[in-house]
Amino acid sequence: MKRYSVFAIAREALRYHTGWERAWRSPEPKASYDAIVVGAGGHGLATAYYLGKNYGITNVAIIEKGWLGGGNTGRNTTIIRSNYLQDSSAAIYEKARSLYETMSQDLNYNVMFSPRGVMMLAQTHHEVRGYLRTAHANALQGIVTEFITPQRVKELCPILNIDGPRYPVLGALWQPRGGTGRHDAVAWGYARACSAMGMDIIQNCEVKGVRSENGVVTGVDTTKGFIGTKKLGMVVAGHSGQLAEMAGFRLPIEAVALQALVSEPIKPCMDVVVMANTVHGYMSQSDKGEMVIGGGTDGFNNYTQRGSFHHIEETLRALVETFPMISRLKMLRQWGGIVDMTGDRSPLISKTPLGNCFINCGWGTGGFKAIPGSGWAMAELMAKGEPGPLAEAFNMWRFKEGQFIDESVAAGVAH
Amino acid sequence: MLTLECPYCGLMADETELSPGYEAHLKRFGPASSPEEFEAYMFARKNPKGVHFERWRHSYGCGKWFLAARCTATLEVFGTYPAQVGEPPADIIAKIQARRPEWKAGWQPDGKDTK
Amino acid sequence: MSTRLAKGGRLIDRTAAVEFTFNGKRMKGFAGDSLAAGLLANDQMLVGRSFKYHRPRGIVASGPEEPNALVNLGREARLEPNQRTTTTELFDGLEATSQNHWPSLEFDVGVINNYAARFMPAGFYYKTFIHPRPFWKHVFEPIIRRAAGLGKAPTQGDADRYEHAYAFCDVLVVGAGVAGLLAAKAAADTGARVILLEQAPVLGGRAPVDDAQVQGKPVEAWLSAMEADLAARDNVTVRLRTCAAGVYDHGYVLADERVADHTPGDGRPKHRLWRIRTAKVITATGAIERPLSFAGNDIPGVMLAGAVRDFAVNFAVSPGDRTVVVTNNDSAYQTALVLKAAGLEVPAILDARDVVTGALPEAARKAGIRVLTGHAIASVKGGKRVTGVSVCLQAGEGAVTEEIACEAVAMSGGWSPVVHLYSHCGGKLNWDNGISAFVPDPMRPPLNHDGSAMVECVGAANGDLDLSGTAPAIPPVWVMPQGAPIKLRLKMWLDYQNDVKVSDVQLAAREGYMSVEHTKRYTTLGMATDQGKLSNINGLAILADALGSEIPQVGTTTFRPPYTPVTIGALAGESRGDIFQPLRRTPMHEAHERAGAYFEPVGLWRRPYTFPRAGETHEQAVHREVVNTRTNVGLLDASTLGKIVVKGPDAGRFLDMLYTGVMSTLPVGKCRYGLMCNEQGFLSDDGVVARIDEDTWLCHTTSSGADRIHGWMEDWLQCEWWDWQVFTANVTEQYAQVAVVGPNARKLLETLGGMDVSKETLPFMQWADGTLGGFPCRVYRISFSGELSYEIAVPASHGAAFWAACTQAGKAFGAMPYGTEGLHVLRAEKGFIMIGDETDGTVIPQDLGLDWAISKKKADYLGKRGQERSYLASPDRWKLVGFETLDGSVVPDGAYIIADGTNANGQRNTQGRVTSTYYSPTLKRGIAMGLLKHGPTRMGDVVEFNTVQGGTVKARVRDTMFYDKDGEKQNV
Repeated sequence: MKRYSVFAIAREALRYHTGWERAWRSPEPKASYDAIVVGAGGHGLATAYYLGKNYGITNVAIIEKGWLGGGNTGRNTTIIRSNYLQDSSAAIYEKARSLYETMSQDLNYNVMFSPRGVMMLAQTHHEVRGYLRTAHANALQGIVTEFITPQRVKELCPILNIDGPRYPVLGALWQPRGGTGRHDAVAWGYARACSAMGMDIIQNCEVKGVRSENGVVTGVDTTKGFIGTKKLGMVVAGHSGQLAEMAGFRLPIEAVALQALVSEPIKPCMDVVVMANTVHGYMSQSDKGEMVIGGGTDGFNNYTQRGSFHHIEETLRALVETFPMISRLKMLRQWGGIVDMTGDRSPLISKTPLGNCFINCGWGTGGFKAIPGSGWAMAELMAKGEPGPLAEAFNMWRFKEGQFIDESVAAGVAH
Repeated sequence: MLTLECPYCGLMADETELSPGYEAHLKRFGPASSPEEFEAYMFARKNPKGVHFERWRHSYGCGKWFLAARCTATLEVFGTYPAQVGEPPADIIAKIQARRPEWKAGWQPDGKDTK
Repeated sequence: MSTRLAKGGRLIDRTAAVEFTFNGKRMKGFAGDSLAAGLLANDQMLVGRSFKYHRPRGIVASGPEEPNALVNLGREARLEPNQRTTTTELFDGLEATSQNHWPSLEFDVGVINNYAARFMPAGFYYKTFIHPRPFWKHVFEPIIRRAAGLGKAPTQGDADRYEHAYAFCDVLVVGAGVAGLLAAKAAADTGARVILLEQAPVLGGRAPVDDAQVQGKPVEAWLSAMEADLAARDNVTVRLRTCAAGVYDHGYVLADERVADHTPGDGRPKHRLWRIRTAKVITATGAIERPLSFAGNDIPGVMLAGAVRDFAVNFAVSPGDRTVVVTNNDSAYQTALVLKAAGLEVPAILDARDVVTGALPEAARKAGIRVLTGHAIASVKGGKRVTGVSVCLQAGEGAVTEEIACEAVAMSGGWSPVVHLYSHCGGKLNWDNGISAFVPDPMRPPLNHDGSAMVECVGAANGDLDLSGTAPAIPPVWVMPQGAPIKLRLKMWLDYQNDVKVSDVQLAAREGYMSVEHTKRYTTLGMATDQGKLSNINGLAILADALGSEIPQVGTTTFRPPYTPVTIGALAGESRGDIFQPLRRTPMHEAHERAGAYFEPVGLWRRPYTFPRAGETHEQAVHREVVNTRTNVGLLDASTLGKIVVKGPDAGRFLDMLYTGVMSTLPVGKCRYGLMCNEQGFLSDDGVVARIDEDTWLCHTTSSGADRIHGWMEDWLQCEWWDWQVFTANVTEQYAQVAVVGPNARKLLETLGGMDVSKETLPFMQWADGTLGGFPCRVYRISFSGELSYEIAVPASHGAAFWAACTQAGKAFGAMPYGTEGLHVLRAEKGFIMIGDETDGTVIPQDLGLDWAISKKKADYLGKRGQERSYLASPDRWKLVGFETLDGSVVPDGAYIIADGTNANGQRNTQGRVTSTYYSPTLKRGIAMGLLKHGPTRMGDVVEFNTVQGGTVKARVRDTMFYDKDGEKQNV
């Protein structure tokens, strides 16, 4: 892998950039691998990357039905934060956030992690109490957060209207090292690094069946034929239910649509990420200048990557109220993704009823921020066959015992 | 933006009049049930990419719950029917089979019929 | 230079002059002009700067596909960035400024990027700015952010208003060109309800510019007749200036009507957002002309041939005295003929095709225009405006055969049907080799709710590029000249706004970004404000070529709504400020406002938080209210409390399933506290239930729980126990409810008079109907404060008067109103739980020591099975206890109780947390409740709560009843 640097660019510029090599190879699958990861989204690629980097397992294939990074990795609002309430959530999201801090250097690919700060507005007294609780939990979890005053909110984000007639801002939970990243670059950076380790990224290859012998996985049938494997990791988000069915088990998952939109680009006016959960909306400004806006999920099963329009209206109503200056901007593009929601809205990183078959899914509306932590924990699970401390709580048997990891108890539900 | 016919009102209701309620025809498991039964009742969801039976409430209309057979991949609606049934009516099944000949009846709560 | 022609201009009114400014410069135009036409008429060729390289940009198109000519329109609370000049109607006093430059449009420092362009190919930022680590956030990113963006960020709210409207029809026709008009008429003839939408201010589409005749009639006459025909029909509605922005599932169409963009400040809403349900959509959205990729095709003065034609015919605007036409199809010849007819020079038509024979080319030749077949543009000369072109053979590598001086270039690379609306809900496309474009596949349309085709395309949108339906083939010409070397390809723009060039797409392909989506995202091709309307197909073709693949195999990126950007204010609609959300007010709301209440939102309700007096802080006011309630009497507006009537022969049985306790045995006339859990077993709501008669119970819920719990009841009754005979009714808003609380409560009621409220007649946990002060009422003897307390329900219409009567009668007894915060303190002093404080969706009643409210005898209730699960039944759960800080201070809200050591993830271990913490004005010290592991067995232990500053607060574990443990005060 040729290193990327300003010198490499200067060198290539002299020959009109004809000398760049492929960021990743696109090989045909081998007959078998030590491990197969199904799903070349951020989580799948990160899993493969840490399998190689942390455990030296590089005889790995990452199989992708469409194009790598084409699912929720490429259609989220790129928010990175770890100010979660429950210990197990906080641990994995903070692991992820800390890995994001150095990801550009680790991958030699600029993923544009921008720790500009994330604030979650408290607009009811109940929300104030909820965020104070999170702040106290974070203090014990080693996560730097702070409950800030409305005046500080206004200083950090001058375009915010803190004196709205219906829901004046009473404060905010502020995570100064939260921020955003460039979502596509995360997938591409991992893909390039995986490919450089000798892993095969096989795009346009759909898994049609999961084969096993004596309760242990042996491989997958795909549109490019059978591929054998010693270990199988399923990291396919919205389509997890389909894949689990092929492997003979059912998941506590429902697939629903989540929508987002961007405005036309304008000059910089917002240097933080703001989430307003009482009114349901969140917004940040991309490096291109677009206001990146996210809203809520539909309440019905849906695989179309299209949501219901009234959610967009509701989100924009909320945000015009919160940021009156966006009223005369224009919505440039709206889209949807399929998110996989579990019974407690927290993910699964788990062994499954099938031997050597592991699942990582259920990230719901909050997957992007977790990518490196999720990959780290999933790689440990696949390599060792048992979950490490990061993954342990996210096993799929917790529902039977009622051991929820319920983040909705903190005022925040959106991501 | 779905429209579903409320089987009580007999009119096409806009999604904004309706509240979704996820999977239909679940069988409730109470105190005497096994851990597996209870877990399946609470959490194991069909989540098919295709024909799905689900609950809706005409919240901002008559207030009645009803059931719908809908395709989660195309959002086509095969039909709606009152909630006070244990299984989908035959005419709904027939409508689905007419449009999805490959579909196998998949509404039973234990999921055995989908294998 | 571009100028106004002396004659012509079908859309302008030369008798109505209009003044406007561009970058402060005063300019003149005519009513009917677009802003773009006005700018061109004033020789304003340079109108903006590109996104990345800050290259000079001029007007390239005449419609919503325009990528370059975007301006800041208006100022202050009416500033609108990124306004497309081509669709902005000129009005007197219009103010526009150009975008994305510093210090000026003419001299832009950012153009340095242009000179460094070679070092900034597609995706260069992924490859650099990596070290040193903090530099991205603090150095590189701010520079990039400042250079990017386009329009000015508004700093104020919006001075205009917007409205929403609904419409319903059988057939919605989008686009009122000839195809759309015919489709609307045909649909109307069947009796269908038809709505016809047109984004432009006039009907006709391209026909008045491109066609002399329609159906054998002169085009203008045909249009007038059609307009009159449709206007005369009751079943047809025509809406101009209305753009169908998006097609959503089941025939939902979003359309944005620009009501007053061209008449700002006239009091009408700026836009009207239409939400239309239609049984069928017919799109007659036409086609968009494609640019050609030749070096320098982005220099101001290079325009689409159709746009040049539009400006000349519609607005009598000449792009320059001499215009070179370059094309791969016949339509551009019309431009040459139009310009020639207007007395302008067309030095040459460069046609990439070797053999050109159609009627239009023949007419051009006959008109004496030089036609060079097999030729191409090697490069365009000029910087901020075109000065000439170098000509070469299309088949070659760009060797210049001649140079032609000119002021403008009119290009046509073919036409792409506007298939956006067809594709929004999943309609699929086919590649048509005849016209080198994607066309709708009628076999794979987007589906309606019943599985039928939801959208049909007609006319040019369907690939029928002229009215005859026999348009000549358009051969693909993706690069000009065919063998252009890299130095030329570096200057061939695909996406003008985002500065994506042919070389960038080729680089992306070389680097393995082979999916069309990868290329789009890596290069930003098609991600500009025109969403690739001009660039996508050209880019796809370059990608396909670079991959050695075919365009259909490469496929398109996904078409997403909206078709053209929609103002966010229009999407938000009227719901702003005070009417942002519906507001629920109790009947006493106005009295509270008069009393100076500080309100807090509770769901959509607003409840008084406290009633501060002059000079009081909220905290002081709350303390005063609490003390007064404990010593005299307090009045609480409890109207928001949920009230649900449950009635029927099976009502008791039903409530026994719903509540953890037994309600069926509750005697008529009595009240009982009840808990409701969800099926998981977690506590979801609580409240007092009153048995009204043999068949009827009244269930009180929390204020925010009323609708949810009513829905929950209906869910079980309709979907699980549908054979049980039970009715429910949510009567929350039918009653106003006042809590009269405190030692003087009975005296106050006796002053009102009308019924016996004595201890003997109305003991604790009973209710009675009667009158008080002449008001019909139901009095519940219940207490959420530990004081002697009555909750009195009166019909809502009497609420305000009854509140006033209580206030009046209470004067003698020191009555004061108190708010929700006082309520919280009062209940916490008594150790009563509050849903939402002690519970958070993970707490079961057993955690809160509420086992007494759970029936052990019942075989089943909702949540019982869930509570039997191992984690919920564990003896190690955190359980509710009280806390008193050792120093009398208040435990911080949200604090956790620390335990020794850290867990495997390095997090400090915890053993509990605070759930309610207040300063008790009654006890004059901090009190708290919270959950603690093994709590009830640890009375007297000292635990430590953490603080966010890093310290701890020590507190002693105790019971939760801080005040009047024996209940003497409430039982008097």
